[in-house]
Amino acid sequence: MTSTFLPSADKRPGPGVDRPPPTADAARGRARRRVLHWLSAVGFQVPALVLFLVLVLLPMLFAVYAAFFRWGGFGMPSDYIGGDNFTRLFQDPVFLGDLWRCLLLVVLSLAIQLPFALAMAVLLNQKLRGRAFYRMLFFGPYVLSEAITGVLFGMIFAPGDGLADQILGGIGLDGLGGEWFADQSTVMATLFLVMTWKYFGFHMMLYLAGLQSVPAELTEAALIDGANAWQRFRSVTLPLLAPTLRISVFLSVIGSIQLFDLVWVTTAGGPDHHSETMAVTMFQYGFKRYQVGYASAISVVMFGISLVFALAYQRFVLRRDLEGATTTMRGGAK
Amino acid sequence: MVVPLLYATLSGFKSTDELSRNPVGLPESWVTGNYTGILGSGDFWRLIGNSTLIAVGTTVLVVAVSALSAFSFARFAFRGRETLFTLFTLGLMFPFAVAALPLFLLLRSLGLLDNPLGVILPQAAFGLPMTIIILRGFFRQIPGELEEAATLDGCSSFGFFWRVLLPMARPALGTVSVLAVVTSWNNFFLPLLVFTDSTWWTIPIGVQQFQGQYSAEYARVFAYLVLAMVPALAFYSVAERQLVGGLTAGATKG
Repeated sequence: MTSTFLPSADKRPGPGVDRPPPTADAARGRARRRVLHWLSAVGFQVPALVLFLVLVLLPMLFAVYAAFFRWGGFGMPSDYIGGDNFTRLFQDPVFLGDLWRCLLLVVLSLAIQLPFALAMAVLLNQKLRGRAFYRMLFFGPYVLSEAITGVLFGMIFAPGDGLADQILGGIGLDGLGGEWFADQSTVMATLFLVMTWKYFGFHMMLYLAGLQSVPAELTEAALIDGANAWQRFRSVTLPLLAPTLRISVFLSVIGSIQLFDLVWVTTAGGPDHHSETMAVTMFQYGFKRYQVGYASAISVVMFGISLVFALAYQRFVLRRDLEGATTTMRGGAK
Repeated sequence: MVVPLLYATLSGFKSTDELSRNPVGLPESWVTGNYTGILGSGDFWRLIGNSTLIAVGTTVLVVAVSALSAFSFARFAFRGRETLFTLFTLGLMFPFAVAALPLFLLLRSLGLLDNPLGVILPQAAFGLPMTIIILRGFFRQIPGELEEAATLDGCSSFGFFWRVLLPMARPALGTVSVLAVVTSWNNFFLPLLVFTDSTWWTIPIGVQQFQGQYSAEYARVFAYLVLAMVPALAFYSVAERQLVGGLTAGATKG
């Protein structure tokens, strides 16, 4: 324990150690000091706590409450309808489609985007000329806002005039181009392409940071033992990179569940709801059609899915990594 | 990777006519009118100003409040500490979209719509979990002996925080500040909800609106996009180390 601002209670010898019998005065003094200590420790938390409770937790809880009402968003909700919003939700083809598209994005990200990011990270971890330049380059898109990215790619994939179609036309493949964002069958693939452009650099950076912590001696030892490049990667690098991979998968899934900006700017969910995500549907009902109760129910389901995933993931996958990182034992495991 | 950016930059130097005839090659004659036209308009600079104001406000608020909280988490043992910390870490999992509706209603009833505080306060609140987690990690690494020495010299706990801990944690504060600036600068959803009046629009909203308004004038939209990217990319090239360090620290430690 590094702190000296401890309540005197924590400095008392443990049970079984002899200590002089406390006088009533000393006991009162200790109790007062302990209260003062607690007050000063908690005092530092007050600004953060107020901000967090009022602007994060309270709205969140209110969304849960509002989900049980038919409510247009004006005044307080009064028309209690029990679980009807949820029943309606799970019969709504658009929302069921949202769930399906969410799953699709999760699977595509895990199966394509992350392995691609890992491959690039391993490549850039070599002693490559211009390594720093490539790192800048691939990570660059991550600092651009979703809005800018969306508008940019909306123009690149514009039917006919956009860069994508012009290039395909130029090499005689006109037939392949076309509607991109505007066609029901291609919109999700196009969206995924843009997502990959935007986010793979972020995951690559995570992996690069993880790779830095893989000791060179281990791969060298494997090399001396006659392991080939794939074996070294498979049996040495990958297991040591596992904590980073688990975090990256977590962030990727949570990101897919909550996707909004990129979709809103490129397609706004169209054509005919074929690229709509849960957040977009929620926005449509809540801010465009003023069915705030129903939109809140969507919020709640979205939160529920995130939370169940997060808790399950933390319980079964992340536990080892987070030990000592997010929970400290009393007494301060440093 | 770089093709879309290069394409946008070059296209900005073309006329829309030329863009449809010659989409890929270098501009026949470098037209600078698209860029200078935007740079000469007050609207664009107002968006930059708004984005800057909001980013700075958010960053100052979230870092100040988080530093106090992280200090208490890192250096004090008190009843309820772990519960409180878990509450904040749970905040990492709250999707902003979930709170968006009630938050909007709350801001409306507080009269904070079309007011920069309506964006700054919620952004700071949603930035708390990540900032607290990162800062707490850094604060715990500062040796306890320093604290003892400061206490012996008559420093109060706040005095230690203000005069010893904060100056020592400058790199960490830099990291979380850069993260906060980038997140705020790129935020689209919240300004979209809060600002109906165009005088307060930020860059991401401006980009979307500009494209809607000039959808036929491709070259102009490209020029606008490129100019809108410049501040973020410039900031990134200056603060790259801090940003990447912060993201990886946040992601692998918490």
